[in-house]
Amino acid sequence: MDKKYGVYICTGCSIGDVLDMEDLVDVPDEEGVNCTTHPFLCSKEGVAMIQKDVDDGKVNAMVIGACSRRVNFDVFDFDNCIVERVNLREGVVWPHSREKYPALTEDQKDDEEHFDQIQMKAEDHIKMGMIRVEKVKLPEPFKTETFSKKILVLGGGITGISSALDAAKAGYEVTIVEKTNALGGYAARMRSQMPVVEPFDALIPTVIQDKLAELEQYPNIEVKTGTEVARIAGQPGEFTVTFKKPGEKIPFDVPFPLPEEMTLDEKGNELDAETQHAKYLEYNEGREDILQLDPDGELYGAVILAAGWRPDKIEGDAYAHLGIDLPDVITNDEFEKIAAKGKIVRPSDGKEAKSVVFIQSPGKDEDDADFPYCGAVTSQVALKQAKYVRDDYPDGKAYIIYQHMRTPGLQENFYKGIQQDRGIFMSKGAVTEVSKSGDNLIVEATNTLLGDNLNLKADLVVLASGMVPVTVDDPVVNLAYRQGPGFRDNDIFGGYADSNYICFPYETQRTGIYAAGAIRRSMTIEESMEDATGAALKAIQCISSADRGVAVHPRSGDQTYPEFFFQRCTQCKRCTVECPFGALDDDEKGTPKINPTRCRRCGTCMGACPERIISFADYTIDSIGSQIKAIGVPSEDDYDEPPFRILALVCENDAYPALDMVGMNRVDYSPDVRVIPVRCLGSVNTIWIKDALAQGMDGVILIGCKHGDDYQCHFVKGSELAEVRVKKIGDALSSLALEEERVRFEEIAIDEYDKLPGLLSDFVEEIEDLGPNPFKGF
Amino acid sequence: MTTDKSAPAGGSIMVVGGGISGLTTALEAAEVGYEVFLVEKEPSLGGRVSQLKQYFPKLCPPTCGLEINYRRIKDNPRIKVITMAEVEKVDGAPGDYTVKVKISPRYVNENCTACGECAKVCESEISNEFNFGMDRRKAAYLPHNMAFPSRYVMAPSMSADDREKCKEACKFDAIDFDMQEKTLDFKVGAIVWATGWKPYDAARIDNLGFGRYQNVITNMMLERLASTNGPTQGKILRPSDDKAPETIGFVQCAGSRDENHLPYCSYICCMASLKHATYLRAQYPDAKIYIYYIDLRTPGRKYENFYKKLKEDENIFFVKGKVAEVGEESATGNVTLIAEDTISGEKIHQTVDMLVLATGMQPNTSVDKPNADLQFNADGFIVNDFKKGGMFGAGCANKPADVVTSNQNATGMALKAIQTLVRR
Repeated sequence: MDKKYGVYICTGCSIGDVLDMEDLVDVPDEEGVNCTTHPFLCSKEGVAMIQKDVDDGKVNAMVIGACSRRVNFDVFDFDNCIVERVNLREGVVWPHSREKYPALTEDQKDDEEHFDQIQMKAEDHIKMGMIRVEKVKLPEPFKTETFSKKILVLGGGITGISSALDAAKAGYEVTIVEKTNALGGYAARMRSQMPVVEPFDALIPTVIQDKLAELEQYPNIEVKTGTEVARIAGQPGEFTVTFKKPGEKIPFDVPFPLPEEMTLDEKGNELDAETQHAKYLEYNEGREDILQLDPDGELYGAVILAAGWRPDKIEGDAYAHLGIDLPDVITNDEFEKIAAKGKIVRPSDGKEAKSVVFIQSPGKDEDDADFPYCGAVTSQVALKQAKYVRDDYPDGKAYIIYQHMRTPGLQENFYKGIQQDRGIFMSKGAVTEVSKSGDNLIVEATNTLLGDNLNLKADLVVLASGMVPVTVDDPVVNLAYRQGPGFRDNDIFGGYADSNYICFPYETQRTGIYAAGAIRRSMTIEESMEDATGAALKAIQCISSADRGVAVHPRSGDQTYPEFFFQRCTQCKRCTVECPFGALDDDEKGTPKINPTRCRRCGTCMGACPERIISFADYTIDSIGSQIKAIGVPSEDDYDEPPFRILALVCENDAYPALDMVGMNRVDYSPDVRVIPVRCLGSVNTIWIKDALAQGMDGVILIGCKHGDDYQCHFVKGSELAEVRVKKIGDALSSLALEEERVRFEEIAIDEYDKLPGLLSDFVEEIEDLGPNPFKGF
Repeated sequence: MTTDKSAPAGGSIMVVGGGISGLTTALEAAEVGYEVFLVEKEPSLGGRVSQLKQYFPKLCPPTCGLEINYRRIKDNPRIKVITMAEVEKVDGAPGDYTVKVKISPRYVNENCTACGECAKVCESEISNEFNFGMDRRKAAYLPHNMAFPSRYVMAPSMSADDREKCKEACKFDAIDFDMQEKTLDFKVGAIVWATGWKPYDAARIDNLGFGRYQNVITNMMLERLASTNGPTQGKILRPSDDKAPETIGFVQCAGSRDENHLPYCSYICCMASLKHATYLRAQYPDAKIYIYYIDLRTPGRKYENFYKKLKEDENIFFVKGKVAEVGEESATGNVTLIAEDTISGEKIHQTVDMLVLATGMQPNTSVDKPNADLQFNADGFIVNDFKKGGMFGAGCANKPADVVTSNQNATGMALKAIQTLVRR
């Protein structure tokens, strides 16, 4: 692209009243770049003026000095042009008023005593905008070499079948892989299902049979039973999948990363890449490396993970009081199996079980928690199974002892329906003992609603065992990714393959792989089917996005992707290790292989790279670095007491909008701060910090999102990594005889805009106490 | 910004309601490649969740996800947002609907830069419904500081004098009181109704004293009191005298699980009250908090863990019992209540500085039924008929649910809508 530059500055919304426009226009003028001002740039006339310059071939790389890029996004949108928005309104003239920072008189302009902090900020930001448009390129979308639109569904239970049907109905080809020899999963092994619509008065046959029949109508759904996935290699749009028989050992079984302790020598130092690779091969003997593509593998575009759950085992001393070793104390899963076979009978002697107690919580020590992995589903299962007893025996009795009856939403109606049954007794209570007395079981409970303590005689006792996601036992997806075969961080979700985002429930750390159903939260059949539809949409959307060469959430539509200048790569593997999405796989030497359709474009790799060889078309080490260098750092040569210069690198998703709020609320903070929004703090390369300090800036503050188990960072790890990197930079600073306090990391949520001015002012004050950067003026 | 400008896939979808569910359906469909009309009756998007301070159980601000969603809209030319718009009528069949949409005048055109000069000169004030009437705002207003679109609104009630002043103050000729209500027809293949919910009217629950006693408030009012952009700038103070409350009661199932009001469980109120306890605790380390409940519905690992943490707080008391009667001490404005402890069977008399009613969710479709060929259950929720297709209820228009479940549901409804278009 042959760039033709232009700068357009709006004088509306008090920009022109606060700033000296002549001086501001001089900034591009001195660079030989045409600068036009307009009193109302976002008006039809203003935009038409720019469009005319574009149409006349005068401009294709422009700086718009006006409002925040968060507004008028659709107005300043010119095809095939690089547009950089310089935030003069919310960022410069709104937070800093002329009452506090008076404009200079003509005399003051020339002396060495006075300077105009607001004008300086505006001029710096125009310069920063100008250098950015010079340094960035228009992106060209990435296209994979081969492309498949097929969807792979792992798991042939109700969730898998539903998602396959939903994808097929939208016209997609689907393969369902099921480990066992039959489709249907748990639902096919149940007697009945909870009612889900009015009148909620009777149990209903499970929908699974209808769904199995419906499958037959879709020739675009292929079913592989008795099969599992040995590995999934590649990336969205071109996943290469190897199937195998369960239990079989084959060369394309996924290899596991070397455990951390094996990557170190006896002294605890990290082994070099080649030794590590040799150990890794030994560790995974008989398995091909992840980069070895299976020539017989099948190609898929996206994956739905619907491998479901298994019943929890209730065992150990904590449950000894529940008589768990007695043959007629069973779990709800065992009870369901009995019910599916026929009438409810006791396992010990086959006798009809007409009096059954359902226990929902361990009880005993007064804690009101349920059994592990329990939830609303287990509450409803107890209601359903109590109904089995009543359906089988007109004189049967069922007792449910619960701490909290969890029938949320419309399922309350089911609870109400069961309450009408005179043979079903329900009470809050803490079970203290289950024991055998003659032919019967005795259940004792305290703190009940039915008066004092309960003492129930029963034929059978049923404990509510929870639904354990299969990801607790196994990675299931078997990804041929350098970071390992499973989802990362499932431990913070209790083993579930869940999303950490309330707003974005399908976001996983593995692009193109969407979990649904009980593998991510205990769900009823109805809820699983609904979740399956959502996962199918996400799979289709990922395929469609990869096909167009654009990113998926949260930078949906972004056409850029990381590019590497490999000649300078030192195979340090940091990019591979730190990518939150496992988008990079390195080879035996440690050279990264990029999988662009796995990438979410956060730039964490760019921030990690010590050689600074990673860049995006419109976001590079050089583009931000040059913006920093464009900031004027006045020294004692310029003024008797030069102003301080602080660099703020802020997350564009949260801290930057929060700063806009500060501007909108007209709250002042130090105008000596220069703000650069970054894709994610994870993309901040420490070279920017070092360069800023080396050119005499007095302090650098990074403002990102909250991290920890409840992280708010949209790129999972970015803000956490940034904090680690900031901590490490301290040593480098002390070698330059700079105080480590000059660099700070702060977390801020988007709604904490009220805290931002104080936070910035405190930092500036601390820096002022430290005194100016000694490098200033060199 | 790097925007994807590929041509839209065939057929269009209309999403009615721009709250979190509607936004989700609209974006998920548009990012597959479909053209979407997002119709919102308020002047800005975000719906119910934009009134919340934080989501449970993460305690993160809803504006964080909304901001990302707004950015996705900005980057996606396939989504057309139409605010102050209501669907009047739907004709046609799946794959081929004609939707009549009424657009109310904002009296502000696209010239508005949200500079705020009009609000500075406007003297008329109106009740601020974003804050449930707990304060007043200028009749020239931005719905709230994170509003999207970021454009002012002129309340129709503004005085003639103020109208002149506002027009004069606007340098951009953005104010136009000649704007008229207009009706537009849209041709779409599928419609997703994400019309959301409203808090159940607490004044209808006679025995709980809302509307009679100033210090009886609702859970949604507490959200506004706790929010930085709320009427008290985030300080939770009781309404009668702006006193910092030392004892606070919560009445769970205020109107929910009650045949006289909402027969169903509203799904979110238990977790919401637990979350509110964390708001109070953050501001008042020693406040005593009493939560009166029937069952605490905190199912699943994440919610159980949240509840578990709160159980460690010695000054939060969980009482299984329904509040039967509420009164007021006239001298102090304190709230008295009588409840029955269902375990001990004893009657409890309690005085609190402020009482919060955990009111439930009522579907908007139960009070304002869409003029379209839809099925509703007895409570007014939309019942989806996937066999027929074409139109679907999403999020809390379909059933009471939390945000995660609503968003899962809303994502799925995007696909159901797409299936309707593909089927043709």
